[in-house]
Amino acid sequence: MTEILRVRGLRKRFPGVMALDGVDFDLRPGEVHVLLGENGAGKSTLIKMLSGAYHPDEGTILVDGEETSIRTAEDAQRLGIATIYQEFNLVPQLTVAENLLLGRQPRRFGLLDKKKMYGQAQELLDRVGVRVDPRRPVHTLGIARMQMIEIAKALSLDARVLIMDEPTAVLTTTEVEQLFEIVRQLRDQGVAIVFITHHLEEIAAIGDRVTVLRDGMSVAEVPAGTPEDELVRLMVGRSIDQQYPRERSDAGPPLLEVRNLTRAGVFEDISFDVRAGEVVGLAGLVGAGRTEVARAIFGADAYDSGEVLVDGRPIPRGKVGAAMEAGLGLVPEDRKGQGLVLGADVRENLGLVTLHRASRGGFVDRAAQDRAAATMAGQLNVRMSGLGQEVRTLSGGNQQKIVIGKWLLAEANVLILDEPTRGIDVGAKVEIYQLINSLTAAGRAVLMISSDLPEVLGMSDRVIVMARGRLAGELSAGEATQDAVMALAVGEMEEAR
Amino acid sequence: MTTGTLRLRLRRGSTLLSENGSLIGLVVLVVALTLLSGDFLTVTNLLNVGVQAAVTAILAFAATYVIITAGIDLSVGAVAALSAVVLAWTATSHGVPWPLATVIALVVGIACGLANGALITYGKLPPFIATLAMQGVARGLGLVISQGSPIPLPDAVSHLGDTIGSYLPVPVIVMVVMGVITAVVLNRTYPGRAMYAIGGNEEAARLSGIKVTRQKLITYALAGGFAAVAGIVLASRLASAQPQAALGYELDAIAAVVIGGASLSGGKGKALGTLVGALILAVLRNGLNLLSVSAFWQQVVIGVVIALAVLLDTLRRRQAN
Ligand SMILES: Nc1ncnc2c1ncn2[C@@H]1O[C@H](COP(=O)(O)OP(=O)(O)OP(=O)(O)O)[C@@H](O)[C@H]1O
Ligand SMILES: [Mg+2]
Repeated sequence: MTEILRVRGLRKRFPGVMALDGVDFDLRPGEVHVLLGENGAGKSTLIKMLSGAYHPDEGTILVDGEETSIRTAEDAQRLGIATIYQEFNLVPQLTVAENLLLGRQPRRFGLLDKKKMYGQAQELLDRVGVRVDPRRPVHTLGIARMQMIEIAKALSLDARVLIMDEPTAVLTTTEVEQLFEIVRQLRDQGVAIVFITHHLEEIAAIGDRVTVLRDGMSVAEVPAGTPEDELVRLMVGRSIDQQYPRERSDAGPPLLEVRNLTRAGVFEDISFDVRAGEVVGLAGLVGAGRTEVARAIFGADAYDSGEVLVDGRPIPRGKVGAAMEAGLGLVPEDRKGQGLVLGADVRENLGLVTLHRASRGGFVDRAAQDRAAATMAGQLNVRMSGLGQEVRTLSGGNQQKIVIGKWLLAEANVLILDEPTRGIDVGAKVEIYQLINSLTAAGRAVLMISSDLPEVLGMSDRVIVMARGRLAGELSAGEATQDAVMALAVGEMEEAR
Repeated sequence: MTTGTLRLRLRRGSTLLSENGSLIGLVVLVVALTLLSGDFLTVTNLLNVGVQAAVTAILAFAATYVIITAGIDLSVGAVAALSAVVLAWTATSHGVPWPLATVIALVVGIACGLANGALITYGKLPPFIATLAMQGVARGLGLVISQGSPIPLPDAVSHLGDTIGSYLPVPVIVMVVMGVITAVVLNRTYPGRAMYAIGGNEEAARLSGIKVTRQKLITYALAGGFAAVAGIVLASRLASAQPQAALGYELDAIAAVVIGGASLSGGKGKALGTLVGALILAVLRNGLNLLSVSAFWQQVVIGVVIALAVLLDTLRRRQAN
C-alpha cells in the first residue's frame, strides 16, 4: 500500500540541543505505527512537525507523495491530520462540551445553540465511553478524564491521520481497552495512526510497525511483534533485567494512619495504614476517588470527617504546611497544573520543596540548592541542556522526573505518589523504583497510586483497592494479581449500577 | 549558508537583543539624545535625570515584587503620598522627633501594604480591585490629615533631597540602595524565591509547601514599605509633604517594570531590568524636554515606547515556545 505520509532526513535544533538529527518515518493508511524512544528522544518533536506546531530546520515531509510544508495547525487540519498532544490543550474554565467543540460550537441565529452543543458533546463522549457531564468545567476533572476528552476531541475531526502522543499514560486497563477498540475500528476504516507509548505491552496489542528513535535519530523500523527485550535494547542501547526491582524490607510501626476519612459525595469511610518500610499500592478505576483521598491526606483539600495521623500524631485538616512538617509529601498527578512552575528552570523547580529548609534567616543557600539539583538530575538521568533550561521546554517524561525529583530531595517520611511514572521511559522507571527502594530501606513509607496495574503489582507490598469512593478491599503482595485487583475495582461498581 | 542556519542566526541575534532589550534600548536612547542635543550629556543634566528617575524607580521596585507574584499594585503612588504626609504631620505639626516620625511613616506604608495583602488573600479580592480601593483610601486619608495643603518637612529629612558634594544627589543613592536590596531579596531570600514560584504557578507553589497567604502578605507589605521610602524621597526634594504628590506614579512604576522585562502574568522580573525601565522613562522625559517637545506629545511618545517594549517581550516569548 502507498504511504500517506513520508518523512525524510528531518532535523530540528533547539537552543542547546539537537532534538531531531535525521529522522525517516513512513505511515500507511490502515496501520498503527508506534513511535518508541527514551524520554527526550524526539518523539513529540517529530509529531509536532506533522501537526504544524514546529517547523523543521531541514528535511522533507511528503503527504500523498507530494512535498508539503505544514506551517500551521490549519494546514494540518486541511491535510486531514489530527493530533492528541502529550500535554493537554484544554481551557480549564470552559465546560467539557465547549472544549470538545471549541471554535465550531453549533449556532442558531448567530447565538450559541446550547442544547445542540450538549447533545453533540454527549455523542462524542459516548463514543469514547467516558461518563462525565458535558456541563462540567474541565478544571474539576482529573487527568484521566481530561485525557479522554482530548481523545474524543481529536476523534471528532474525522481525520485521515490520527496522531496520539502517549494517550494511555494515565488510563487504567478498562479505558485503554476501550481506546484500543476505537483505534482498531479506525484502522480498519483506513485511518493511519501514529501511536506513542512507554507501555511496551501495548505495542503488540495495538501496533503494526514500530519506529525506534534514539537521540533524535531513527535507528530502527521493526514489526510490532518484536520481543519486548529486543525493543528495549533498540531504545536504550542495553537490556533491562528486571522491570520491577522491588526489595522488600521488614515493615515497622505505622507511619501513616488514615481513620474513617470522609468527604461527602467524593469518598467515604476510608481507613488504612502505611507502615515504615512499606510500599502500599492504591488501585482502582478512574473516578474511584484515589487522587481525592491522597490530596485530602496531604491537606491539599479539606475533608468532612475522619482523621489522619502521621507517626501517631494527628495532623490538622486542609493544611499543606502542617502535613509537610509532620513528614508527608505528595507528588501530584497533574504535573502541568500542580507539579511544575513551567516558566522557571530545572534548578528552581527541583529546589522548590526544599527551599524552606535551605534557608537560614530568610536567606537561601543557592549553592547548596544547585548541588542538590545537579545530583538529583543526574540520578534521574534528566535530559536537559543544563540546570538553567526552562522546564516548559523539557520533554514530557523529563518534566515528570523533575516533579518526582523535587520530592525525593525533600526526604519526606511518608511519600504519596500519584501517577509517579506517567510518561517515563522503561529505563528511567527502574531508576525511580530503585530510589523508592532506598526510601523504604531507610525506614520511610510510600503510598503509590498508579493506573499502571503491572507497576502497582510489581512494586507494592500490599494493595488497597478503591471503588466508587469506598474501600473495596485489601490484598497482600501474594494475593494481588491483575484479576484479583480488577475484580475488586469493578465488582462493587457493577453492584452499584 | 543554508536558509536554516541563517534563520537560526537571525533568531539567536534577536533573542540576545530582546533578552537585554531594555538595556540596549537605554543605550540607544542615550546615544541618540547625545547626538540630538548638546545639553544632554552633561553632569548636571545626568544628575537631574537620576533624581527624576529615583522616585519612579523606588516605586517600580515595589511594583516588581507584586508583579512577579502575578499581582498588581495600583496604590503605591497614593501610599507614597500618605506616608510622606504622616511624616510631616507627626514631626512638624505634633513635634514628634523626626527619626520616630520617619519610622511611623514607614509603618504606615507597610500597614497599607498588609491591608492590600489581607484583602487579596483572606478577602479573595482581585489585586486590581483591592489596590484600587487602597489607592482611594490612602489618597483620601492623606488629604484628610493634611487638610488638603502641603506640610513642611523637618529640616533633617529634607536633606534627603540634597546633593552631597555637588556630585552625589541623595535620591540617587537611595535609589541604588533600594535597588540592591530588591536584587538581594529577589535572588537570595526565601520570600523572593517564593514570589517567583507563586507567580509562575500558585497551585504548584502551594503543593510544594510554600505558604502562599503569608508570602503574599510579605510581598504587599514590602511594596508598601518601598512606597513609603519613595514618598519620603519625593517630599524631601520639595521640602514639604503634599497630599497630591505622586499622582499617577503607579502607572509609571508598572510601565518601568514591564519595560524592564517582567511579565504581568507573573513569574518573571528582575531588579536591574526595573531600574533600566525607570531610567528609560526618565531619560525619555528629560530628552523630550531638552528637545522642546510639547508635554502633550511627550505622553504620546511614552505610550508608544511602553507598547513597543511589551511587543518585544511578547515576541521573545513566542520564540521561546
Ligand atoms: N521548545 C523547546 N526548546 C528547547 N528544547 C526543546 C524544546 N522542545 C523540545 N526540546 C528538547 O528536545 C528534546 C526532545 O524532546 P521531545 O519532547 O521530542 O522528547 P520525547 O521523545 O517526546 O520524550 P518523552 O518520552 O519524555 O515525551 C528534549 O531534549 C527536549 O528538552
Ligand atoms: Mg513526548
